[in-house]
Amino acid sequence: MLKRSIENLGNRTIQGVWRIGFAARFFLAMLLHSGTAFRRFGLTVREMYFSGVLSLIIILVSGLFVGMVLGLQGYETLQRFGSESALGTLVALSLVRELGPVLAGLLFASRAGSAITAEIGLMKATEQLSAMEMMAVDPIARVVAPRFWAGVISMPLLAALFSAMGIFGGYLVGVHLIGVDEGTFWSQMKSSVDFEQDILNGVIKSAVFGVTITTIALFEGYDAPPTAEGVSGATTRTVVTSSLAVLALDFVLTAFMFRGLN
Amino acid sequence: MNRTVLDLWVGLFVIAGVAALLFLALKVGSTSAVNTSDSYEVVARFENIGGLKPRAPVKSAGVVVGRVADIRFDNETYEAAVTLRLDKRYAFPKDTIAAIMTSGLLGEQYVGLEAGGDSAKLKDKDRILITQDAVVLENLIGHFLYGKAQEGAPQ
Repeated sequence: MLKRSIENLGNRTIQGVWRIGFAARFFLAMLLHSGTAFRRFGLTVREMYFSGVLSLIIILVSGLFVGMVLGLQGYETLQRFGSESALGTLVALSLVRELGPVLAGLLFASRAGSAITAEIGLMKATEQLSAMEMMAVDPIARVVAPRFWAGVISMPLLAALFSAMGIFGGYLVGVHLIGVDEGTFWSQMKSSVDFEQDILNGVIKSAVFGVTITTIALFEGYDAPPTAEGVSGATTRTVVTSSLAVLALDFVLTAFMFRGLN
Repeated sequence: MNRTVLDLWVGLFVIAGVAALLFLALKVGSTSAVNTSDSYEVVARFENIGGLKPRAPVKSAGVVVGRVADIRFDNETYEAAVTLRLDKRYAFPKDTIAAIMTSGLLGEQYVGLEAGGDSAKLKDKDRILITQDAVVLENLIGHFLYGKAQEGAPQ
């Protein structure tokens, strides 16, 4: 009994370590075969359509509503201290620094990441990947690397669109609905948002999230057991793991980027 | 999906994304950090800097002319040495007064420069001699209460 449970523990540990090693080798292989993704850029463009363009609607609409809610709630809180003029700053800073990259990342993980995992898992289940290998086409170079680079390029653009849309939503609610002065809204925002400290760090964050999400999605798809159950499990794991990874990484990145501010 | 339609959509997506980035860079943010190439540094010493922080604005007549680059404690004079990085476009007389002020009642603190009448200008690594410390609210209240108590005391 005791021996069995120790064996179990050992087996799980070995499996876990093996999986980490496999993921690292997979990541390296993907980077090594990235040449194809750029030499045949049409492949990457095609994947950018599926992961980037098709995510636009959900990103833009969510950004607009998040910005509008920030405008309402921010005003509600700020007016208690008589500083409604700081509404623009509040909306812009919270979007550019945190909400833009993080929420865009979460939406990207559930919209595009799950699709990538399901697609690659099904390709593996229907032995399309093996067929490619038989034809001496490397599936990592032909299938995986373009999807990786498409995600890495799309993610910062989507996060920027999310932030811009959110600021527009905050502007709509703050200036047109509530009646904060338009001039103060923009000038206060401009004077307190720093290009390098806030905007550039937000872009770096979203690029890191893009790498993380697409790597997790691709790996889960590639590693999925070739059954219907296996693919569905892998899709769920992609969304759960990449959402958790985005939130945890966000904390780590924020701690590094904004610690020295004050 | 047709290849050209696909390309068109991705092109539009990239343009929209770059436009959003540009909007953030130009309309929302500003490069407030004064470049080291077109700025000069002067040092001002204060006995009390209150809540002044690095990167706080340096203003003259209400206009931002630079930033606080560095704040150190001088262990020999027991004063705070504040390095101000000023824009090269603005030159100030040698007898300029540096004061730590607060914007609004509870706002952030900044360094206010009040130009003097000297014809010689401040140069890089110069020292501002006349400074005015931050007003600490507790001290102010203390003085006020002390004054009140004196007033009420029988002579």
